[in-house]
Amino acid sequence: MFEEVGTTTEGDLMINVGPQHPSTHGVLHLVITLRGETIIKVEPHLGYIHRSIEKMCESLSYRQFIYVTSRMDYLSSHINNHGCALCVEKGLQIEIPERAKVIRVLMDELTRLASHQLWWGAMAMDVGALTPFFHAFRERETINEIMEETCGARLTMNYMVPGGVMYDLHPNFQKRVKDFITLFKSKIDEYDEMVTGNVIFQNRMKDVGFISKEDAISYGCTGPTARASDVSCDIRKLFPYEVYDKLDFHEITATDGDCFARYMVRVQEMRQSLSIVEQLIDIIPEGDFQAKTKAVLKLPKGEFYSRVETARGEFGVYIISEGGTTPYRIKFRSPGFSNLSALDHMARGHKIGDLVAIMGTLDLVIPDIDR
Amino acid sequence: MTNDELKIKISESFPSSTFEEGTEWITMLIDSTTWKDVALELSNSLLFDFLFCVTCVDWKTHLTMVYHLRSTTQKHIVVVKAKLDRENPRIATVSDIWRTAEFHEREAYDLFGVQFIGHPDLRRLFLTDDYEGFPLRKDFEDPVNMIKL
Repeated sequence: MFEEVGTTTEGDLMINVGPQHPSTHGVLHLVITLRGETIIKVEPHLGYIHRSIEKMCESLSYRQFIYVTSRMDYLSSHINNHGCALCVEKGLQIEIPERAKVIRVLMDELTRLASHQLWWGAMAMDVGALTPFFHAFRERETINEIMEETCGARLTMNYMVPGGVMYDLHPNFQKRVKDFITLFKSKIDEYDEMVTGNVIFQNRMKDVGFISKEDAISYGCTGPTARASDVSCDIRKLFPYEVYDKLDFHEITATDGDCFARYMVRVQEMRQSLSIVEQLIDIIPEGDFQAKTKAVLKLPKGEFYSRVETARGEFGVYIISEGGTTPYRIKFRSPGFSNLSALDHMARGHKIGDLVAIMGTLDLVIPDIDR
Repeated sequence: MTNDELKIKISESFPSSTFEEGTEWITMLIDSTTWKDVALELSNSLLFDFLFCVTCVDWKTHLTMVYHLRSTTQKHIVVVKAKLDRENPRIATVSDIWRTAEFHEREAYDLFGVQFIGHPDLRRLFLTDDYEGFPLRKDFEDPVNMIKL
């Protein structure tokens, strides 16, 4: 559409969105170049919530550093913790009990549901529908309460530890999750009725923010953002961990690559997550919830990389160990960071009003990007 | 493709390449000046289209760039490591091959001071433009914000 993309000419307008803007869902600063109402270039300025977590981890032990990662993607804190625990277990070469594996997957999927619910509400709010936000938060509250009961926290759970999970499930867990499944099954149809079929909503979303399959791969997009462009990248299917290879679920992909495709992928993923929780809730094996580990963990000299699928995409933990009690270097491959880099590509040529919809479908969590 | 098959293929494409032993994935050790050619070959003939992680490591005597590559069609993974001079770290950019590298390389520049030759927009990413020093280097000391444990 614009041959001289990225170049500014006289009369172009540069505006700042953020760092405190409701649609950025956090402290993200965008410098947008406009020609009339059309976006020429979007330049993200990061670092407003940069805490240098990777540097901090270098002085934390292998038990401690996991807790810092809850503060990265705070909506997928279980899954972040899971990735770190897997990486430490890979280094220590310990096998965790079956019960812990099932608990972990249950918690991951409940987290994914809660994260997608929040995204769904916020997405509808971004394009002008305020009511869905309250509906989404009502159901999300149920999950938060389940989490609170077992983990003692609602957002930064810190429940996964190397060797399993920190403590056993609360006696009420099974019953409450079953109640939630019954409740959410009817609600998710209500979600579709309320938003998905809405003509105004569809007009805002369709043919907006297109990204092709090749570009999505090249920009390193993962998660629903990439799957909406027909990229098969679900770590749970490609490189299964825990009990995902024994479960019956589908990797949701779409071919349109626009905002509506990304929306549909996430909504359908909610149904898949719900089905995984339903499959597992009755067959939680008895036994230990934690393998026996030493009080002070020492990883052998070497490199360990583990990956998990968070609500936003592929989360990678790369530990370089020199054999001590603290990592020599840690790198977190956060999904939001790569997904954000595609924003400029998606937004070019669209109207400024569409930018909010595009950002919404990327499901950005800023602490995850800034780290 | 299994790791061994991939290793043979890579050895055919790059006869002078060396490998690191005892790693989960094939780890190639390359000379930093050849990185651009290696990257082009990896992306064109070995179909590595997805650069999923770019890391820089400070080994006190030198820096190492670590590139994790995956093929979305073939599912194989390769890790490429390039040693850099610590005083004057320079390596070619691959942001024209894998667009995601543009952000990742800016991050490595910001936190380690690695110069990426040919990068379209090499500026600090997280820190302010007038920030001095590279915080993820091992000898970095910040008298104000750093708490030693």
